[in-house]
Amino acid sequence: MSKILISDPTLRDGNHAIHHQMNAHQIEVYAFAANAASIPIVEVGHGNGLGASSLQVGESLLDDERMLKIARENLTHSKLGIHVMPGFATINKDLKMALDIGVDVFRVAAHCTEADITQRHISYVRDRGKEVYGVLMMSHMASRDVLVEEAQKMESYGAEGVIIMDSAGAYLPVDVTERIGELTKRLNIPIGFHAHNNLGMAIANSVAAADAGATILDGTSRGFGAGAGNAQLEVLVAVLEKMGYSTGIDLYKMLDAAETAENEVLKDIPRIKTISIVSGLAGVFSGFAKHVERISGEYKVDPRDVFFELGRRKIVAGQEDMIIEVAMKLAAEGRMDK
Amino acid sequence: MKKMKVAILGSGNIGTDLLVKAKRSPFLDCRLFIGRHLASPGINKANSLGVRISDLGIDAIAKNPDCCDLVFDATSAMDHMRHWSVLNELDKTVIDMTPSRVGEMCIPAINLASCVNYKDVNMVTCGGQASIPLAHVIGQIQEEVDYIEVVSSISARSAGPATRLNIDEFVETTETGIKAFSGCRRTKAILILNPAQPCVDMQTTVFAKVNNPELEKLKPAIDIMVRRIQNYVPGYQLIVPPVLENNRIVIMVKVQGLGDYLPRYAGNLDIINCAAIAMAEEYARENRVT
Repeated sequence: MSKILISDPTLRDGNHAIHHQMNAHQIEVYAFAANAASIPIVEVGHGNGLGASSLQVGESLLDDERMLKIARENLTHSKLGIHVMPGFATINKDLKMALDIGVDVFRVAAHCTEADITQRHISYVRDRGKEVYGVLMMSHMASRDVLVEEAQKMESYGAEGVIIMDSAGAYLPVDVTERIGELTKRLNIPIGFHAHNNLGMAIANSVAAADAGATILDGTSRGFGAGAGNAQLEVLVAVLEKMGYSTGIDLYKMLDAAETAENEVLKDIPRIKTISIVSGLAGVFSGFAKHVERISGEYKVDPRDVFFELGRRKIVAGQEDMIIEVAMKLAAEGRMDK
Repeated sequence: MKKMKVAILGSGNIGTDLLVKAKRSPFLDCRLFIGRHLASPGINKANSLGVRISDLGIDAIAKNPDCCDLVFDATSAMDHMRHWSVLNELDKTVIDMTPSRVGEMCIPAINLASCVNYKDVNMVTCGGQASIPLAHVIGQIQEEVDYIEVVSSISARSAGPATRLNIDEFVETTETGIKAFSGCRRTKAILILNPAQPCVDMQTTVFAKVNNPELEKLKPAIDIMVRRIQNYVPGYQLIVPPVLENNRIVIMVKVQGLGDYLPRYAGNLDIINCAAIAMAEEYARENRVT
């Protein structure tokens, strides 16, 4: 039976859905439940990862250190993971702290064409004997061959696997099959996939990734995550088992963890709202949804127009400041919301 | 007035663009352009401009100290530490283009005149050159500045290998500069590389959290600062004047370059290089170097 390694960013991607206001209780109860279900990796932190609490993306309720310590105390079996983007976080300010707390798995992320900014961070973690992966975000913005080239750079820096993120939820299964198939063929390390559900494809795309040879999949309880949410983990685990993949996760306890998430962590269960469909079509980072809603309201412009304009400008993750400029420009052009 | 003899160490994007600008300056005479490989695009460019070249790195100056009075170090933060000790021995004035945080931080719109008293000045970062003058104004106008955050996005094309390797230094050096020139309590810097084609212009956003936002006082003071920067960076434009959004002050600028070595989108290259040329010309005018 083929094995799939599951990484669960409920306590990280989910932070996007609640303005990064995850509190101690939420981390505690979910980390405890995920640990009980034997979920292999539990990712924790600000939505954009270590060092990303900011006016640009949103300030965290708890600082990184506090979040990681609470999770650490509750994870005896599952590994504690973090997401980190060079440009937001640095080795000195952030990675050292995470190593001290005892983070087990480091996922060093860059925009899909900019893998070389991860070199020092990947090597740094690898040199300290921790598990380290490369992450290529917003991967729909690069061609198959460019993704292979960028993933190979991460492999050369010491990454033990590369995770391809569909950060805008823009893929159809056929896109996933093409890219993941080529990556698994041309790299010597495991390939992973991280789905978003903007176009309702999160589970289908995750299945396509597994069938194309991906051996790492991300999913979150009830799909808790940016925009329309992620691949719903309890569904993904069930579907994978049904297809004959093994995840090592206890299904009943996984279902319990999802209940815990719904009752204690989530504010709203993710739905595919108008704004998420548009974000998926425009190919814009799912995490922008809350900001676009707020700023469009303030400048009285149609959030759909804002998303399509951001897409036209090929704005990448971390460029939330551009939303203000785009909204002001649309307002000045008289394109007011009807 | 006699021109000041300068050398450029580092033949990447920054060094090559500096060369084009130095050639145009009425105060500077570029005597030597130094890289590591004679086949590099930067060395080719220097050759085509008729500038003497070398592939010996810092040794080129150590072996021929009379070639210049001032050295632009456009290598990397790690290399600058080593270069500075050699150049200091040789009594050279050094303008450091890397985010090394070794020399006195120079933001021409704020402290050009006082920087001539130092032998090693540091040009902070491109994002720092774009944002620190605005942060400085916020620090002057607002009574209590709790937090300033700056976000720069630059076109991926304009970020060469040293820039990419030094991304942590970019963040930390920009933060040091913001804090030093604004007096804010906390700060954060963020750098985003955007690969869009056609390439995007450099843009920088300054966010601030202050006790009592005084936008009406801030606006004219920002306008004055922007004009002061435009004196040496013609492509610096205010695209979002101070506004209050979600309880944060937001100011955005765009920087278009002069298109000297890289095309106009590379405002990041242009702003730090224009600042460095302004500094070098100030040294020349002060006639510090004989």
